[in-house]
Amino acid sequence: MSAPVLNYSLLAPILIILGGALLGVLVEAFISKALRATLQLGIALGSVVLSFAWLWKVHNESSISAAVKSVAMDPAGIYIQGIILILAFIAILLIADQDNFTAQASALPGSEEESVAIAEGKQQTEVFPLTLFAIAGMMLFPIATDLITLFVALEVLSLPLYLMAGLSRRRRLLSQEAALKYFLLGAFSSAIFLFGVAFLYGYSGSLNFNEIAASISASGNNSVFLYIGIIFISVGLLFKVGAVPFHSWTPDVYQGAPTPITGFMAACTKVAAFGATLRLFYVALDSVDGTWKPIITAIAMITMVIGSIAAMTQRDIKRALAYSSIAHAGFLLIGVVALSQAGLASSLFYFLAYGLATLGAFAVITIVRDSSGEVTDLNRWVGLGKKSPLIAAIFSIFLLSFGGIPLTAGFVGKFAIFSAAYQTGNMAIVVVAALASAIALFFYLRIVLMIWFAEPTNDSVTVVIPSFLTRTAIFVTVAATLIFGVIPAPLLDSAKNFAVFLR
Amino acid sequence: MDISNYLFLSAILFTIGAVGVVVRRNAIVVFMCIELMLNATNLAFVTFARINGNLDGQVASFFTMVVAACEVVVGLAIIVTMFRSRRSASVDDASLLKR
Repeated sequence: MSAPVLNYSLLAPILIILGGALLGVLVEAFISKALRATLQLGIALGSVVLSFAWLWKVHNESSISAAVKSVAMDPAGIYIQGIILILAFIAILLIADQDNFTAQASALPGSEEESVAIAEGKQQTEVFPLTLFAIAGMMLFPIATDLITLFVALEVLSLPLYLMAGLSRRRRLLSQEAALKYFLLGAFSSAIFLFGVAFLYGYSGSLNFNEIAASISASGNNSVFLYIGIIFISVGLLFKVGAVPFHSWTPDVYQGAPTPITGFMAACTKVAAFGATLRLFYVALDSVDGTWKPIITAIAMITMVIGSIAAMTQRDIKRALAYSSIAHAGFLLIGVVALSQAGLASSLFYFLAYGLATLGAFAVITIVRDSSGEVTDLNRWVGLGKKSPLIAAIFSIFLLSFGGIPLTAGFVGKFAIFSAAYQTGNMAIVVVAALASAIALFFYLRIVLMIWFAEPTNDSVTVVIPSFLTRTAIFVTVAATLIFGVIPAPLLDSAKNFAVFLR
Repeated sequence: MDISNYLFLSAILFTIGAVGVVVRRNAIVVFMCIELMLNATNLAFVTFARINGNLDGQVASFFTMVVAACEVVVGLAIIVTMFRSRRSASVDDASLLKR
């Protein structure tokens, strides 16, 4: 038996991020507090940039044996990793605004210890290494071709996020509650996921995607073990992407978590989880599509409709955007059930369009404040267009992109993913998706009208001048949303070229 | 003894855990039930390794144990913080987000 061979060059993007995270832990322990924040930010941004540069260098290579047979660095995997790194970079720019995070997570809310820590500027910066660990898990998740690697990646991305959800500086009880809910439900769903892994292994005798696919086509698909495996694994993945009926954690966690973290979770976690879902269904389970397609189609439909309708009834902007992200999970599931190259390509484009608009929208929420912090009550956003036309216009562009109005990236993404479903002849899902987008559009336009065409009632709400990094994040996301909406062809073409899962 | 009995035992333990997560109120007990589900899965892994005649399942069960240990570290940290600020570990008390 020979020792396993690792292709370090192809694995380097993940290893760089993990190295940065470990370095961040050391910095947190040994560097004085004056230098810490800057150094942590530099390490975080530096390792993301370095990792992206390395990914760019190897983007023409591909191998399904980069780490024995556990990960597949194939074109689609590399593309998804690239998207995650771009979105993570923007998210770190938002996280850099330490005003959103508690100075000392261990101090009791409202205690003297906490106020002393804030007054003396004893800001802990553990959020940066945690972010990097989460990014490493997210990058591993969509390229895993082995159920155990998939499970480990799922945990590596989830565990830091549970903690990060509880780090908010203001409304800390709410934030801790979000962390508890996210943790308990997340651990519950990963236990269910793991049970599915065990049964899929019991059915096929292997943990590898290709060998599972081979044993499905060899031995037929009427085994109860196979069905239990598919159902339980799907539940775990659908929980992570926030699809109905496993969505109940999403609004609570998105509302309670610090807003930059919410943006990071909404954009990057969703991309990673959908990447893994796409690979599992496209590579391992594609020959039993008759079994899972009807179920996933039904889930996609109810997710789109319930997400869009529930968004309308919300009075909190973060909760409303959480339901809107649930609706988008439904739209992305269309790409999973399409089970075609066009479905994969359009999903890749949709990831970037959705992720950029999501990060941008949450970035705007961080700067709309009153004396006690962020204002998330929708009724107090009334008339924002009169107070700060530029920010209101940018926020409207993000909402229109969510809604799928032409000349924004969201429109191109929706159009591509709907036409992929249309090509596979799945008319029912296209009709439901079109109806759901109409409902969702109504909700987005209502907010736009409220911002622009109503008289401001509450004068304590202001738009603070954003820091340089937050400003960069907002402008980059709004520019990209418009550019990919007006000239989508280059990105669509590259997504089409990269939409290949190796097996 | 028929080896499939271990699978039935695993399914029963998993169900007890899952029901416990849904009905129990104390966050620590809920968490213990999740651990029970993970251990039930380990039993299934080892049984399947025996049925399939390869070692993948046994290796998988080691990974499960490590991940469960990491989950304990993160989970207890969150539950303890919660308990310190509220003097209660009840999941029902954590309802600020429901308004």
